[in-house]
Amino acid sequence: MLAHSIFFYFFSIIAIFSSLMVITSRSTVNSVFFLILDFISVGCLFIMVGAEFLGMIILIVYVGAVAVLFLFVVMMLNVAEQKQSWFIGKKSTHIPIGLIVSLLILLELLVVVGGWKYKDDLMTSSTLSVSNISNTHQIGLVMYTDYILYFQLAGIILLLSMIGAILLTFRQRIGVKKQSYFNQISRNPSSSIELKDVESNKGVKIDD
Amino acid sequence: MLEYLEILGGEIYKILFLLVPILVSVAMIVWLDRRVWGMVQKRKGPNVVGPFGLLQTLADALKYIFKEIIIPASANKAVFILAPIVTMTLALVAWAVIPMSEDLVLSDINVGVLYLFAVSSLGVYGIIMGGWASNSKYPFLGAIRSAAQMVSYEVSIGIIIINVLLCVGSLNLKDIVLAQKEIWYVIPLFPMFIIFFISSLAETNRPPFDLPEAEAELVAGYQTEYSGMMYAMFWLGEYANILLMCAMGSILFLGGWLPVIDIYPINLIPAPIWMILKILFLFFLFALIKAIVPRYRYDQLMRLGWKIFLPFSLIYLVLTASFLFYFDKLPKGNF
Repeated sequence: MLAHSIFFYFFSIIAIFSSLMVITSRSTVNSVFFLILDFISVGCLFIMVGAEFLGMIILIVYVGAVAVLFLFVVMMLNVAEQKQSWFIGKKSTHIPIGLIVSLLILLELLVVVGGWKYKDDLMTSSTLSVSNISNTHQIGLVMYTDYILYFQLAGIILLLSMIGAILLTFRQRIGVKKQSYFNQISRNPSSSIELKDVESNKGVKIDD
Repeated sequence: MLEYLEILGGEIYKILFLLVPILVSVAMIVWLDRRVWGMVQKRKGPNVVGPFGLLQTLADALKYIFKEIIIPASANKAVFILAPIVTMTLALVAWAVIPMSEDLVLSDINVGVLYLFAVSSLGVYGIIMGGWASNSKYPFLGAIRSAAQMVSYEVSIGIIIINVLLCVGSLNLKDIVLAQKEIWYVIPLFPMFIIFFISSLAETNRPPFDLPEAEAELVAGYQTEYSGMMYAMFWLGEYANILLMCAMGSILFLGGWLPVIDIYPINLIPAPIWMILKILFLFFLFALIKAIVPRYRYDQLMRLGWKIFLPFSLIYLVLTASFLFYFDKLPKGNF
């Protein structure tokens, strides 16, 4: 168990340190890098408790896709380094709103965590009878049977937010020339090449 | 305490036994790439250093090692140095789960496919970090291009992997290969194999999708500011990634270490040889395509990924699932 606990402390210290660095780092790009480090070490912690599927999904979804987009946006926007106006005492309109939102989130978390109870019948679901199968199999067994409703609901929420994001950024552009592959490929010489006899000193008028 | 050290020593020995052949084969494969390219264009390719020019890559690597590493004054130094290290590490770390035969694998984990997929999706960080830290126009443009490209082609690769997993019923790479004893998945899932192959070209930034380093537009893309050993590390990482995608393709579709037909004289050839032959075959296709296909335009690349590959592989996924369900062929698993 010695190696196990060494690894546990290693990953958890990195996770805590990097999550602190996310909020204290001056450069936004650096804080996204620390966020990535945080995700990776949390994924490793998941793998250490035996939830290898969850750990890999965190790596794929959060590190491989979400954080890439974060990094993308932060690098593109080139956000100037944050001034610490909090301590200097400058009036900022963002701080009160931010405080209210974070207070609300804290309250909600308190309610959720305070009311947390371990379900006694956690393992007595209708399909899970054998417990010596790998946890990827177990997730697969319950996800589409006992939790189909929640799973589909989560999917629909994601779909809705995607449609919303597309709708917000969508704008009809007029006068854009688009390449039509079908027209381009189905052209043939007889329809697009014309031979003309040119009289000398006259030239040809090409109608266009 | 001593046991831990013993285990550690054993593991390091095994890791070295895996990494050294991979690095050597990366060097050989660069040579092969250039030779195939030369053959297609009726040139000779590198043929001077060593027999058949085999030591050309070694000579190149030595040249890179003795060159000076130049770090631009306005670059973000830490990230600039970290980027090639990330690329190289990620390209090598994925090989831990690749089975070369039934018992020749470094770590036989339950979620092998997901691990491969995760590591290959992390590969984009090396490129973004390198491009951003260089603090220069062309590297940044190259990094943005490659991030968009790799993220979009990962989606279709993911769905193709799901297609295979539906037929296998396990995320373990060994199970995936063993499930192909009857028939290689390249036959029932042939369209998926083609899409996987093209997506892996895009995922590794190979021609015709080498837009991140399109030399006519972006100098050398994200590698523009890199020199000496750091450039060589990007280069090694890239080729190790290409080999990895070939290995993934041969495990998912070409039956991994299984022989072509399981009859007497052919199945005497040891399993790792079959695996290597299949990887080489796929790499040969990679090299051929580099020589014969012109580069895509960026909007064509995005259209191909999102409007053709993604819907097609989704439809094929539904088709596979319904076929398996209708004929009651869904894998039951051993529980």
